[in-house]
Amino acid sequence: MGEGRLGVRKTYKLYIGGAFPRSESGRSYEVTGAGGEFLANVALASRKDVRDAVVAARRAQPGWSSATAYLRGQVLYRAAEMMEGRRGQFAEVVAGAEGLAAGEAASVVGAAVDRMVWYAGWSDKLAQVAGAANPVAGPYFNFSVPEPTGVVGVLAPQASSLLGLVSVLAPVVVSGNAAVVVASQERPLPAVELAEVLATSDLPGGVVNMLTGRTAELAPVLAAHRDVEALDLAGAPEGLEAELEATAAGNVKRVLRRRKPEPDWAGEPGPERMLYFVETKTVWHPIGL
Amino acid sequence: MAFSRFPYAPAPESRSIVNLRPSYGLFIGGQWAEPADGDHFKTESPSSEEVLAEVSSAGPEDVDRAVRAARRAYDEVWAPMPGKERAKYLFRVARLVQERSRELAVLESLDNGKPIRESRDVDVPLAAAHFFYHAGWADKLPYAGFGPSPEPLGVAGQVIPWNFPLLMAAWKLAPALAAGNTCVLKPAETTPLSALVLAEIFQQADLPPGVVNIVTGAGATGAALVAHPGVDKVAFTGSTEVGKQIQRAVAGTGRHLTLELGGKAANIVFDDAPLSQAIEGIVNGIFFNQGHVCCAGSRLLVQEPVAEGVVEALKRRLATLRLGDPLDKNTDIGAINSPQQLDKIRELSASGEAEGAQRWTPACPLPERGYWFPPTLFTGVAPSQRIAREEIFGPVLSVLTFRTPEEAVEKANNTTYGLSAGVWTEKGSRILYMASRLKAGVVWANTFNRFDPASPFGGYRESGFGREGGRQGLAAYLKGPLDG
Repeated sequence: MGEGRLGVRKTYKLYIGGAFPRSESGRSYEVTGAGGEFLANVALASRKDVRDAVVAARRAQPGWSSATAYLRGQVLYRAAEMMEGRRGQFAEVVAGAEGLAAGEAASVVGAAVDRMVWYAGWSDKLAQVAGAANPVAGPYFNFSVPEPTGVVGVLAPQASSLLGLVSVLAPVVVSGNAAVVVASQERPLPAVELAEVLATSDLPGGVVNMLTGRTAELAPVLAAHRDVEALDLAGAPEGLEAELEATAAGNVKRVLRRRKPEPDWAGEPGPERMLYFVETKTVWHPIGL
Repeated sequence: MAFSRFPYAPAPESRSIVNLRPSYGLFIGGQWAEPADGDHFKTESPSSEEVLAEVSSAGPEDVDRAVRAARRAYDEVWAPMPGKERAKYLFRVARLVQERSRELAVLESLDNGKPIRESRDVDVPLAAAHFFYHAGWADKLPYAGFGPSPEPLGVAGQVIPWNFPLLMAAWKLAPALAAGNTCVLKPAETTPLSALVLAEIFQQADLPPGVVNIVTGAGATGAALVAHPGVDKVAFTGSTEVGKQIQRAVAGTGRHLTLELGGKAANIVFDDAPLSQAIEGIVNGIFFNQGHVCCAGSRLLVQEPVAEGVVEALKRRLATLRLGDPLDKNTDIGAINSPQQLDKIRELSASGEAEGAQRWTPACPLPERGYWFPPTLFTGVAPSQRIAREEIFGPVLSVLTFRTPEEAVEKANNTTYGLSAGVWTEKGSRILYMASRLKAGVVWANTFNRFDPASPFGGYRESGFGREGGRQGLAAYLKGPLDG
């Protein structure tokens, strides 16, 4: 790489159904760094892109949830491996997005990779921790298992562009849900990088769909969509949460509210986010000869 | 026919065990209080249209008083109390319900219209079991998997339906109290009486004043409770329509919410099913409690090779069901709970005929007074028809057919609800295949309509969220790490 070589820049696109389309609207917006410098133009997703992403997620979800927990864990671990290999690139976009010094950005990226590994290991333990054989008062075998809720709309944290994103996305998909993610509006580049990692991690297309754009424009579409069963408001715009929650009642969505202020994602998360996006299924069967 | 009705002599349970007062106030802060800004209304027996008692209707000021009483009890008594002491109160309540079980069963059948066999064998014993089960959790919460010192939410506002009045009260109160919350309970308008006897039981148990407050009334009372800013947690069992209104009302308030809503369960019968068992299960699935059951098996999906035989056997069995006096121990099918509900069942059944399904009912004389609907079967039902999609909440079964397991899954899941499902087959692997694919919170395999306090109950999708019963049910009344 001799000095003066003109770099080949990347086109930042959406990630829908395993493919990388531009927005169907043809729109894009300018992303700047913490210092106001131009970083890239990224796709400005439209309402139609949201709907397309939900269709892709719905199509992918049954296969993903019926994959074995072991396999889902390996796929997430593979994603961590791919992240590890692109740490430099991640550090660069995280530093640009969040205005961090190189060392700080590298440590955030390391934490994000470790977070993915942490959740990967949960895939085949969640049902053991959250499920049960229930001692009912009668001749029945009765057991409860957590099952994925279905298609989950995720508004990614606005500040923590990679660690926050991985911290809300991994717990959704590890249990077998499919996700439609709206990336941090002002800091979307790490999310697109992550989408490129997921596309090369044996994750079936459509299990994760990544949209960049205006959260306030896209979130209401997710909240109103009848084929979305749950909503994570982690990165919901200030002042819009009550309306999103009320809209979500249209099909009785499970809504995880935003914590204020945005939490420090560095701490060990615990299983709560995974448990929020599963349904307990209980099965009865008689015992007898 | 061999299986026509045998001539049974009436065997009515005596109602003398029930000593109703002519008029009931509201139960606030451990005292009976006349409504400050509310009114009174009469509660009648749906099987005789006889007025049973006059009951208070709580207005907004009454609800406010109840919430403040609950808050005071929470701050001063119940939350600071060691779990093992809370446990002993709940054990007391469980024992008192058992001691007064006969009275409660008769009262429940009088006020609700359900057969005494069901109130005696299901509603009341399960209500006692719920208090007993949750009593044991009260001092074991650190081991329930919610962190080393899980905290209660505060004041719970709980609105319950008329189909299992006492049992639903127990489902709501027992876990809330075990976790250290205090409660304001709003029983259904048409079935307030067993909750008011439960208030007497709380007095007999010396439960500290304000730990449970009971405000009777109609929808407006429930709406005032749900919207009260002093309520930290809203729990509702009832229709999906009202559940959505409540979810909207709670939106943006930061308050906690769990919903147990409607259902349209598929009861799936494969061609290798133990058919005589399945027939009993189908009958239990839809005619238990007059079909006033959110998890009722209201859509029968039968595999084609056995469809004709199953329908014939069902018709024979339905012809033997006894409809009539809920207090008669022979009665299988009691009264419809209210004229409004009867209208709804009639309207939906008429739509079934109008949309082309074939309606069948056995010869079934209906009593002259009261609200009644005969057990009804619809065959030739298409998935698009209203009787296959909408919750009828009555003794009406829609029969559909399928060929392959995949088709059964597809049809069963083709609903916005997801509360329960049934599977009948002798093949174990097929049961587990079906159970894993059905989008339902409860799957009954070779059985139906079983309930237990240790068994989590609740829905997928528009049947609501949150669970009642089991370790999972405690989460609805404890603070979690994700709560702001």
